[in-house]
Amino acid sequence: MTSRDRNEPLLQVRNVTRYYGERIGCSNVSFDLWPGEVLAIVGESGSGKTTLLNCLSTRLAPTTGAIEYRMRDGAMRNLYQLGEAERRLLMRTDWGFVHQNAADGLRMNVSAGANVGERLMAVGERHYGNIRTSANDWLGRVEIAGDRIDDDPRSFSGGMRQRLQIARNLVTHPRLVFMDEPTGGLDVSVQARLLDLLRRLVADLGLSVVIVTHDLAVARLLSHRLMVMRQGDVIETGLTDQVLDDPREPYTQLLVSSILQV
Amino acid sequence: MSIAVETDDELPVEGDYNFAYLDEQTKRMIRRAILKGIAIPGYQVPFAAREMPMPYGWGTGGVQVTAAILGKDDCLKMIDQGSDDTTNAVSLRSFFEKTAGIRTTYETSEATVIQTRHRIPEKPLTEDQVLVFQVPIPEPLRFLEPRETETRKMHALEDYGLMHVKLYEDIARNGHIATTYAYPVKVNDRYVMDPSPTPKFDNPKIDRMAALQLYGAGREKRIYAVPPYTEVKSLDFEDYPFEIQKFDKPCGLCGAENVYLDEVILDDRGGRMFVCSDSDHCEERRADGHLGPMAADPAAADIAGPTGKETAR
Ligand SMILES: Nc1ncnc2c1ncn2[C@@H]1O[C@H](COP(=O)(O)OP(=O)(O)O)[C@@H](O)[C@H]1O
Ligand SMILES: [Mg+2]
Ligand SMILES: [Zn+2]
Repeated sequence: MTSRDRNEPLLQVRNVTRYYGERIGCSNVSFDLWPGEVLAIVGESGSGKTTLLNCLSTRLAPTTGAIEYRMRDGAMRNLYQLGEAERRLLMRTDWGFVHQNAADGLRMNVSAGANVGERLMAVGERHYGNIRTSANDWLGRVEIAGDRIDDDPRSFSGGMRQRLQIARNLVTHPRLVFMDEPTGGLDVSVQARLLDLLRRLVADLGLSVVIVTHDLAVARLLSHRLMVMRQGDVIETGLTDQVLDDPREPYTQLLVSSILQV
Repeated sequence: MSIAVETDDELPVEGDYNFAYLDEQTKRMIRRAILKGIAIPGYQVPFAAREMPMPYGWGTGGVQVTAAILGKDDCLKMIDQGSDDTTNAVSLRSFFEKTAGIRTTYETSEATVIQTRHRIPEKPLTEDQVLVFQVPIPEPLRFLEPRETETRKMHALEDYGLMHVKLYEDIARNGHIATTYAYPVKVNDRYVMDPSPTPKFDNPKIDRMAALQLYGAGREKRIYAVPPYTEVKSLDFEDYPFEIQKFDKPCGLCGAENVYLDEVILDDRGGRMFVCSDSDHCEERRADGHLGPMAADPAAADIAGPTGKETAR
């Protein structure tokens, strides 16, 4: 029996559509995300992946459609009917968001320790020693040397910044983490190390993840399930290995045969 | 609409000003902002600040607040860095002498309205007094969050984690909370407030102060207030509690302890001493016969100035 049989969905997405004026961002997307599940959204550039991710994470209101989330108390709540305070609390405790560009997800002018500790302080932790201990612990878990705790991320390499961003998100033990091209823009060897780390953390913590990537290798390595987008539509969905090994849609076949891959 | 300014021969009113310079409509607008500030302690109320006949750095916010609350029977004290006779204090005091024709004083206990930047008098204030602060930067969240829309939201949601990020950084870099001025406080367990550039030494004085405190920021067009006896808590960590500056010596001139001291250079051979930053407090103590360890030093005599109390009246 897998965890998904035992549980109810964590996230329920129904007919989510987002327009930018006349232009379609994403169209009529529906799916369920289960506890502990890693869902990858793939597709070429401009296919609507980021638009969808931002709708799911309450960063961008859908034009139509509904997104419900199972709160820690078990109740399903419409995300766009949460109050601003509730929404912020959710985003900084139960959720994480890893940006492609680390500078969008970090405070570049405060130390690594403060970056990791910020969420703790935001939810009321007032013991410096405890915050420091948590920051140290999390830096270790993302393989950043303890003696960098007081350095600010401007002095960090791209891979370290990305790992710091992950630590900053995970310190409150979120249940759901959104990631937008987390390995984009990194060297191949740095990418491999980050993917390894992500895979381990996701498994250890039993995280649910929605990850956007145009890189099918990333999707293969991290995700259980795959959603293929094209021009705003989800055109194919299924277990990752099945979709990648036996794609049904001609467009997915092209993607997989890497003709469309950058 | 104008109110005739009563003047006598000693107090000529220059030009054709309305009482205390501002017109009555502007004063009413400012009073409304003040009342709202009092109703929501620590909340920054936007107001339509006026151009004043002095540069912003001179405390135009405080001046507008003072102008709006002054009555003809008020007695005004004007302090800058704890002293009544810096250029800034002297010109603001003479501004109100000219435009309002009111009494002014150096004596804390005699004043009904005290306008200040940087210091709160050492002598405890009373319910009959109002303390007006000149504020340069009213927004305590500004240093880490430059967007006004976002800081407003943070206040509205009581989303103040960033304040502790700043204090965390202080401890991480210095081993202790190194912020000594404009030390952030939480007012009435709700709004985080910047107590203007006063030293943190004065933070305990604003907690449950008997006098009404009004804060005016001219450039940033904000007014905020702390009503009498309101709880004002300095932010800190459980394991790094808030502490005020401590001075290991008493005032060189009057021997006062537990007051805020300024360092004064006495000569070019490294001679120095520490004296009360609150000059009125120091003078009053000396007039009462208190002598500090340096009081007899000839170099110190220059700094002490003429003995005996003077008022600007
Ligand atoms: N802020 C925006 N304003 C207008 N159009 C946008 C905006 N963001 C994205 N789009 C358009 O929406 C479509 C989907 O974009 P996006 O979600 O960024 O795709 P992806 O992340 O897959 O590259 C594209 O046609 C893009 O040009
Ligand atoms: Mg994108
Ligand atoms: Zn003294």
